Amino acid sequence: MFQVSKRLLLVSHSTTVSGSSRSTFSTLASRSRVATRVLRHNTQVWSTQSRHTGQFRSVTLAASQALPPTPETSYDVIVVGGGHAGSEACAAAARTGAKTLLLTQKLDTIGEMSCNPSFGGVGKGVLVREIDALDGLCGRISDLAGVQFRILNRSKGPAVHGPRAQIDRKLYKKHMQKALHEYPNLTIKAGSVSDIVLGAEILPPTPGQNTVQGEIKGIKLESSEVIHAPKVIITTGTFLRGEIHIGLEAYPAGRINEEASIGLSDSLAQAGFELSRLKTGTPPRLDGKTIDYSRLTPQHGDMPPLPFSFLNKEVANAHNQLLCYQTSTNPKTHEIIRNNLHKSIHIRETVKGPRYCPSIESKIMRFATKEAHTIWLEPEGYDTDVVYPNGISMTLPEKEQIEMLRTIKGLENVTVLRCGYGYEEAAAQGILAGINAGLAAQSKPPLILTRADAYIGVLVDDLITKGVEEPYRIFTSRSEYRLTLRADNADLRLTRKGYEAGCVTEYRWNAYQRMEQEMNRGIELMSEFKLSPAKWAEYGLGKSDDGVKRSAIDMLSFPNIKMEDFYEAIPELKEIDPFTQAKIEVEGAYSVYLRRQGAEVTAFMRDESMELPSDLDYSVIPNLSNENRSKLERVRPATLGAAKRIEGMTPTSILELLKYVQRTKRPATMANGEPIRSGSRKERLRQRMLAKEF
Amino acid sequence: MPSMSRAPVMVRDAWLRRMCQHPIYSKKYHLEAHLRGRATKLRYENTHLDTIFALSTHPGKAGIAVIRVSGPQAKSKHDTGYITNAKTEACFNKETNVPANKRIVRQGDSDLVPRAFENDKLDLTEVEGLADLLNAETEAQRRLALRQADGGLRNLYDSWRTQLIQSMALIEALIDFGEDENIEDDVYDNAKRQAAIVSPIPGTTRDVVEVSLDIGGYPILIGDTAGLRSSKDEIEMEGVRRAQDRISLADINIAILPVTEFLGTSRVLSDNDYTSSGSSQGVDPIVLEAIRRNPKTMVLINKMDLSRSDTDNIMSKIRSQLWPEADHGQSNGPEYMKGRGKEDLSNSNKHRLWAISCQTGDGIAMFLQDFINMLKERFETSLTSSTSITQYRHRKHLENCLQSLEAFQNLGVDDVVLGAEELRHAASDLGRITGRVDVEEVLDVVFREFCIGK
Repeated sequence: MFQVSKRLLLVSHSTTVSGSSRSTFSTLASRSRVATRVLRHNTQVWSTQSRHTGQFRSVTLAASQALPPTPETSYDVIVVGGGHAGSEACAAAARTGAKTLLLTQKLDTIGEMSCNPSFGGVGKGVLVREIDALDGLCGRISDLAGVQFRILNRSKGPAVHGPRAQIDRKLYKKHMQKALHEYPNLTIKAGSVSDIVLGAEILPPTPGQNTVQGEIKGIKLESSEVIHAPKVIITTGTFLRGEIHIGLEAYPAGRINEEASIGLSDSLAQAGFELSRLKTGTPPRLDGKTIDYSRLTPQHGDMPPLPFSFLNKEVANAHNQLLCYQTSTNPKTHEIIRNNLHKSIHIRETVKGPRYCPSIESKIMRFATKEAHTIWLEPEGYDTDVVYPNGISMTLPEKEQIEMLRTIKGLENVTVLRCGYGYEEAAAQGILAGINAGLAAQSKPPLILTRADAYIGVLVDDLITKGVEEPYRIFTSRSEYRLTLRADNADLRLTRKGYEAGCVTEYRWNAYQRMEQEMNRGIELMSEFKLSPAKWAEYGLGKSDDGVKRSAIDMLSFPNIKMEDFYEAIPELKEIDPFTQAKIEVEGAYSVYLRRQGAEVTAFMRDESMELPSDLDYSVIPNLSNENRSKLERVRPATLGAAKRIEGMTPTSILELLKYVQRTKRPATMANGEPIRSGSRKERLRQRMLAKEF
Repeated sequence: MPSMSRAPVMVRDAWLRRMCQHPIYSKKYHLEAHLRGRATKLRYENTHLDTIFALSTHPGKAGIAVIRVSGPQAKSKHDTGYITNAKTEACFNKETNVPANKRIVRQGDSDLVPRAFENDKLDLTEVEGLADLLNAETEAQRRLALRQADGGLRNLYDSWRTQLIQSMALIEALIDFGEDENIEDDVYDNAKRQAAIVSPIPGTTRDVVEVSLDIGGYPILIGDTAGLRSSKDEIEMEGVRRAQDRISLADINIAILPVTEFLGTSRVLSDNDYTSSGSSQGVDPIVLEAIRRNPKTMVLINKMDLSRSDTDNIMSKIRSQLWPEADHGQSNGPEYMKGRGKEDLSNSNKHRLWAISCQTGDGIAMFLQDFINMLKERFETSLTSSTSITQYRHRKHLENCLQSLEAFQNLGVDDVVLGAEELRHAASDLGRITGRVDVEEVLDVVFREFCIGK
């Protein structure tokens, strides 16, 4: 058997950042996982280390490979899978300067949107912006391929605005493929991966354990061809031992009509990765020509639509946006579903599904008193009649699906193009993996994003410290710093970091710097412009009579004050780009809270800066409870902060951990060779204080 | 085994000499007795060869005497731990499973509590309960500290925590799934209602001049108000308003009124005249109202030395004047003087009235005795429920929590994100006492309560 230590980088794809609060299945880190620990964003080593004892079947040791690497068969980074995660990963790795290969089963499925054709949403929209800020592709491609753009949560304050777009599948695929084919440093190749290749330099067996360790060296194709690379990113998503369920039928598949990659699944399983399935579903696809829209409520896109990408001032189809329509289920629909529940393997099985996007079957079972569930009818593109009914993923047999659909208003005569099905998938992550694989292959320091930097950091940290029990989906509530991590300031938070790490191109960097300068100038102008309340009242901004002088920036924190209100007082503001003005406005509106959050971030960073050695032997730390010890061993938190966030971790254990690490960091003995005590009085006091702060 | 009547031993070299001179050792506890049967001869000197010892806790107020023993052989004598009395020892041994004598004196570890803490015996609130024990200022505080060590406070905090999570779930659902169909419009108000349940956290007092006293072993916080009086002066009325706020917050109110206010100017001696002089000529109605409205009020009639008539008689008249509607049939006679009787104390509806003279000191001892009895009666029970807050840190976090909750309550519906932010702060402060509120707990409630997702 093989056991893989946690340093493995495995990124499995799926709809990386699609969907929204309205989209059913799209999850950021995708739906399910292959390994318990797939991503360790802040390790320097991005290699697969496998330990094996005795037999192995399909995991191939490079030692047994006769052919030496040639320039044609040798890369810095190999990305397996061309979905959302794969596309971002290979582009990101290539951007850092690494020689990158994208391997995909079929060239024409690169950029395929497997489930709901949408991008963004509450929380997820911020992720798209963050990916864009790191010079990723999906934001820019969405601006080209979007058919309807809306900002969700518009009424709830800019911190939780969720940019979302309905996407034309074909356009998205077309633009993504074009972008990737033109990408420097990137080679695209069709092929099915059968094995991972482990390194020849196997470490000597650990005494008594009969295990050896190998390092990832590349992959082997089904054609027996071996491709060498020190870093491999696997983003196969649902294809990794995926299954499709319709009614009581179940068969292996990646997406509908596409094969699952069984060989790779086996290799990974043998390499010691824990493989498990999580379920999600997809609704049936409807023929738009057979829908009666006349009695349904239309939903329009925003005008003007706000683009995802910082580099775009407008979107391609701004004046040609499509409509979505709202309808709902009714008691009759529910009755049909209830009567046929026994015909769904999906419901009968105990595989854990996501809490946030239950199938219509689950909704009816769990919320029995609800008489109607909303359905959004979303177009899948300009030159197609396919309609995606958002809200009714299901796995009933075909006949019952049609029967049930026809009870719904507007769908009385609907024709089903393809049935809904449930599919189980494998999971993980995109752009960050690509960036860090690329950087590591070139021996450059990694790009580390913490929870305080970005939702990407929140996501990666959650996946590592919490594990995955359902397809992970980002929510704004998952972030401790929601007011700081916003869609409008993603570039301000990340572009500089990305540029310094080496994954942001000069083109974006120049555009960013111009914006940053302009923004700083605007803030400076407004901070220096201070007036008494009486004077502000002369500008029609009488909000307070406490006699305190306020700057224009301070004034923004009062409700309903806009940048335009200052044009008269500070005419220079008018010259600032409207997008930049909007950023200043939000910063000002939250300024009081942002200062407070800044203090929290400082405290957070203190814990984050306390690194725990990755080879820490938890078994020698005294007084750790067994439960906490095994959790720490499994998760291997990189910092004290990450250790704190592990579920069920007790203050006591953290204190012990802290003490142990601090003790071992210092010289273990005094000058005369005597062992030192467990810290000075002051030190112990400090530790006690820390424990209280916990 | 430790003796049942001895103090636990911890250590502090520098205190050696001072300890030798301290009365606790010369009088109550004989050091030789503590270390009876030890092979090493103890000396009250700080040398590197002998086993030495010193008192390491604050003499006088420490709930446990902690003596530090040090020296080459100290380690082998780690069963020198004693505990002041049987009760305390029971606490340490039974409640916290700290084998006191084993843990205390070891390799210079000079702190019992972190030891137990390190050994997973106690949670954070429990450890703080012990810290209180070590610093217990008074006997009642010590008992409270013991109860807290039981984890009694946790139940209360946990219930607040649960409530907060509910409230957070509502508001987070509104933010993350507000565009979903199934989030009702009144979610925000609901969240506020949930939070409001947590708001009345006891022990949060503000801007009052306070004196803390030890009365009969009870730590008493006395807030002295400017007094109540009807006035047109705005500044004075502000003081009165604050006094009234303070009165409504207090556990016990004491009204001190000079007897002269009940009597006509010079006719203090005449019972008849007094009776006919009408009810509240001298007593401000605002004071009367405060006394009548609040059954917890104890009324002290001061300056009795100025009254020359029969005390019983005057007091009964004052009583009927203060509480005219009350039935005084069974409480005739000098009951105000014997108000400490069990029957009277146990009946909270009975009015309490004492005649004192600060000038002569008459009646004060009696009042104090009654006061202590009443404290005992009332606060023995609330010690049981452990809602008093003994630890400064707890208090601080609870105050912060309350502040955030109030800020949340005051935010409008347009500021739902800021409201969520305040709630998050409230939960984080409470979480510093009971353990962090994890987002998964909130999400669990969200997905249980709302049909989310399409």
